[in-house]
Amino acid sequence: MDFNYTEEQLLLKDSVEKFLTKNYSFEQRREIIEAREGYSPLAWEGFASLGLLGVPIPEEFGGFGGHGVDTMIVMEALGRALVVEPYLSTVVLAGSAITLGGSDAQRKILLPRIVEGSMKFAFGHTEPGTRFELNRVETSARQEGGMWVINGQKSVVLHGAAADLLVVSARTSGAPDSRQGITLFFVNPAEQGVAGRDYPTYDGMRAAEVSFDNVSINPESVIGVVDHGFALLEAVVDRGIAALCAEAVGCMGALHAATLEYLKTREQFGVPIGKFQALQHRMVDMLIQYEQAKSMALLAAVNVDSPDATQRRRSVSAAKEFVGRAGRFVGQQAIQLHGGMGVTDELSVGHYFKRLTALDTTFGDSDQHLDRFLEQENAAVEAPVLKPAKQWKQLV
Amino acid sequence: MDLNYTPQEQAFRDEVRAFVRSRLPQEISRKVLEHKRLEKEDHVRWQKILYEQGWIAPGWPVEYGGTGWNPVQRHILEEECAEAGAPPVMAFGVYMVGPVIIAFGNAWQKQQYLPRILSSDDWWCQGYSEPGAGSDLASLKTRAERQGDHYIVNGQKTWTTLAQYADMIFCLVRTSNTGKKQEGISFLLIDMRTPGITVRPIITLEGGHEVNEVWFENVKVPVQNLVGEEGRGWTCAKFLLSHERTGIAGVARSKRELRLLKYIASQEKKNGRPLLQDSRFRDKVARVEIDLMALEITNLRVLAADREGRPPGPEASILKIKGTEIQQALTELMMDAVGSYALPHLPAAWSNHWLGERVGPEYAAPLAARYFNYRKVSIYGGSNEIQRNIISQMILGL
Repeated sequence: MDFNYTEEQLLLKDSVEKFLTKNYSFEQRREIIEAREGYSPLAWEGFASLGLLGVPIPEEFGGFGGHGVDTMIVMEALGRALVVEPYLSTVVLAGSAITLGGSDAQRKILLPRIVEGSMKFAFGHTEPGTRFELNRVETSARQEGGMWVINGQKSVVLHGAAADLLVVSARTSGAPDSRQGITLFFVNPAEQGVAGRDYPTYDGMRAAEVSFDNVSINPESVIGVVDHGFALLEAVVDRGIAALCAEAVGCMGALHAATLEYLKTREQFGVPIGKFQALQHRMVDMLIQYEQAKSMALLAAVNVDSPDATQRRRSVSAAKEFVGRAGRFVGQQAIQLHGGMGVTDELSVGHYFKRLTALDTTFGDSDQHLDRFLEQENAAVEAPVLKPAKQWKQLV
Repeated sequence: MDLNYTPQEQAFRDEVRAFVRSRLPQEISRKVLEHKRLEKEDHVRWQKILYEQGWIAPGWPVEYGGTGWNPVQRHILEEECAEAGAPPVMAFGVYMVGPVIIAFGNAWQKQQYLPRILSSDDWWCQGYSEPGAGSDLASLKTRAERQGDHYIVNGQKTWTTLAQYADMIFCLVRTSNTGKKQEGISFLLIDMRTPGITVRPIITLEGGHEVNEVWFENVKVPVQNLVGEEGRGWTCAKFLLSHERTGIAGVARSKRELRLLKYIASQEKKNGRPLLQDSRFRDKVARVEIDLMALEITNLRVLAADREGRPPGPEASILKIKGTEIQQALTELMMDAVGSYALPHLPAAWSNHWLGERVGPEYAAPLAARYFNYRKVSIYGGSNEIQRNIISQMILGL
C-alpha cells in the first residue's frame, strides 16, 4: 500500500501544472474558446513539447509509457485549468485504441504522430436514440469489392471538427444491440460521404454530428479484429472514464479552493460569511465529497489496466457513479455559496460547474454506471453463519 | 501508487486471521454476526484472549504492553476481528483512559491501572457528558472540591455507556470556576464502588439498556487519582481526540454488514423474486456499497499517511461522518428489507439463549431495534455536526 507518487510522477505533475499556470489562465481560455478552431494550436504544441501527448503511449513509439495513475495526474491538472483541447479523444481514447488494438503498422505510423502533436483524433460511438450503451451500434459497415462501406450517424462527437482522423464504431454483423459484430474503424473525415455539423457545447468544448453516407474505406482502416471490437471498445472507454474521473477531481479541487477563498473574503453582517455555521457545514460536505471522489478516481486509475476485467469494470463504474454524484453536489454547492456571483459568466465557478455537469453525462451517467456496476455482481450472496430454525416451540 | 497490501502485510494478515479464526469462540461471533445481545462476559472473554496473545492494546508503547506494530498492522487486526465477528474491544479502557494515563498519569496510576486495563480486570466507563454539557462539553458542572488528601465530588454525568458493568470511571470535573471554562476542568479516576455513586439506567428507544446516568453525592476521591495537573483536564480530553482514530470509519464492520444485507435481500421476496433483484432496492444497496468503497480508500490514505508519521488529526472527523452515515444506511436497509417482519417487538429474541417461538425469519428479529439503536452513532463521540465544526476550523480555517 503506497499512496505516494514516484519522482517521475511528481516531475510530471509539477511540469504540467506550471505550464498551465503560465499559459492557460482563465482569460486565455476564454480567448481560445472564442477562436474559430475552438482549441489552441499553440497550447497543443506546448503539450507536445512537454511530452504530455505521449503520457500513456508506449516508449517504443516515443511516449512516456505511463499507466492509469500518470494519466490521472495529467487529467487532474487539465481539469483544474478547464482545458478544452482534444486531449481525451486524441491521447486517451484514440491512443488507447491504437495501443491496445492497432496493428503494428497502425501503431508505428499513428502513435508517434499523436506524441509529436501532428494528429488529432475524435471518437465517434454514441448514436441518436441511444444513451451510452456500448453494445448498441447501428452505424453499419459492409464489405464491398475489397472495401468497407460505412453508413450511419454518430452524435455529439467531441472535437469532431478538429480531428484529422475519426475512430468510429460500426456494426459489421449481428443485431443492433449485440456485443458480437462490432468493429472499430479509422475514418478520414475528408473522405467522400462524411458530413459533419460542428457546434459549441455549453462547457466550452466543440462537438459534431457526423454522418456517413456510403463512405468507402480501405481494409487497413480496421482497428483490431472484425466483429470482435466490443472488448476493445470497452477497454478504451474504461480508460476514458478513468481519465474523466480525474478531470472531475481537478474541477472539484478548483471549486473547493475558490469557494473556500470566497467564504473567507466575502463579508456580510460585518463578518466574513465563512463565520456562519450553515455555510461552514456546506463547505465541509464539499470537502468530504471531494476527498471521496479523489479516492474513487484513484481506484479507477489503479485498476483501469487490471488484467481482471471484472475488477476493472467494477472499479471504473463505481468511480464514475460516485464522481458523477459528487461532481453535481460540489458544483451546486459552489454556486450556492458564491451567491449571485456564482451564477455569472464572469467568475470561473460557473464554468467549472458546467464542465462537471457535462462530465457526468459523458460516457454514461451515474445511473448507467450503477447498472454496469451491478452487472459485475456474480450473484454470489453467501449465507453468513445463521443457525438453523428451531424445531420446538415455546410461548413467550 | 499501489492499493494492495505488501507481501509482508499480507503474511501478517494471514497470521492474524489464523489466530482470530481459531481463538474467537463461536458462541460469541454468532451473537455479533446475528445481532444478538452481547453480555459483559462475552466482551471480557474475548478481550482476555487478545490479552493473552499480547494483542489487546497494539497501539500502546511497547514498554506499557503495546505490540510495536505500525498503523497498518493495527488496522489489519481490527479488520480481521470485525470480519470474523469479534466484539469490538471496549474503547473506554484501552483506547481512551489508557493512553491518557500513559501520557499524563503518574507512576502510581500507571502501575495501578494499566495492567488491569490490559487484562480487562477493570471495566472502565467515561464520565464526560452532563445534562447541561453535551456538545458544549466544557460547560460541565460536576464539582470536585479539594479537602486534604481527597476531592469531594458532587454532580451528575449522563449517557454513560455500560456504567452498569463498570469498576472505574474517568471523569472530567470542575475544580475551579474562575478564568476560561476550559481551564477549571480536571481529569479524575474514580472507583465506581465508592460510597455516594448511584447508577440509574436510561432505556433507549429500542428498549435496550446501554447508557446510564451516574450521580455523585459527596464522593471521596483520593488526590492521587488526579491525572496530570489540576485544571489541565481539558488537555487530556483533547489528546483523546487525536489518538487512534483511524478505526473510527468502521469499514470492515460495514463490509460485513453489507454482506448480511445482501443475504437478507436475496432471501426476501418481492413480486415472487428476490428483493435484491428489485431495481429500486438494489440501487440503494449498490450506492451504499460504492460509498463504502470510497470510504475504504480514503481510510487507507489516512492510514498510509499515519504509517509515514503523519497521524490523522481532524481528517478522522471525515471518517467518522461518512462511516456513521454508512452504518446507519445499512441498518435502515436491513430493516426495510424484511418489511412487516421488522415489526414484532420481542426483546427476548435478541438473545442466543432464547428458546421461544420466533416470528418471521430469524434474521429479522433484531433489525428494527438495531436501526433505532444506530441513530446514536451520528450523535455520540462528538455529533456529526460537531465533527463538521472541527473540520471547518482545523482543516478549512473558517
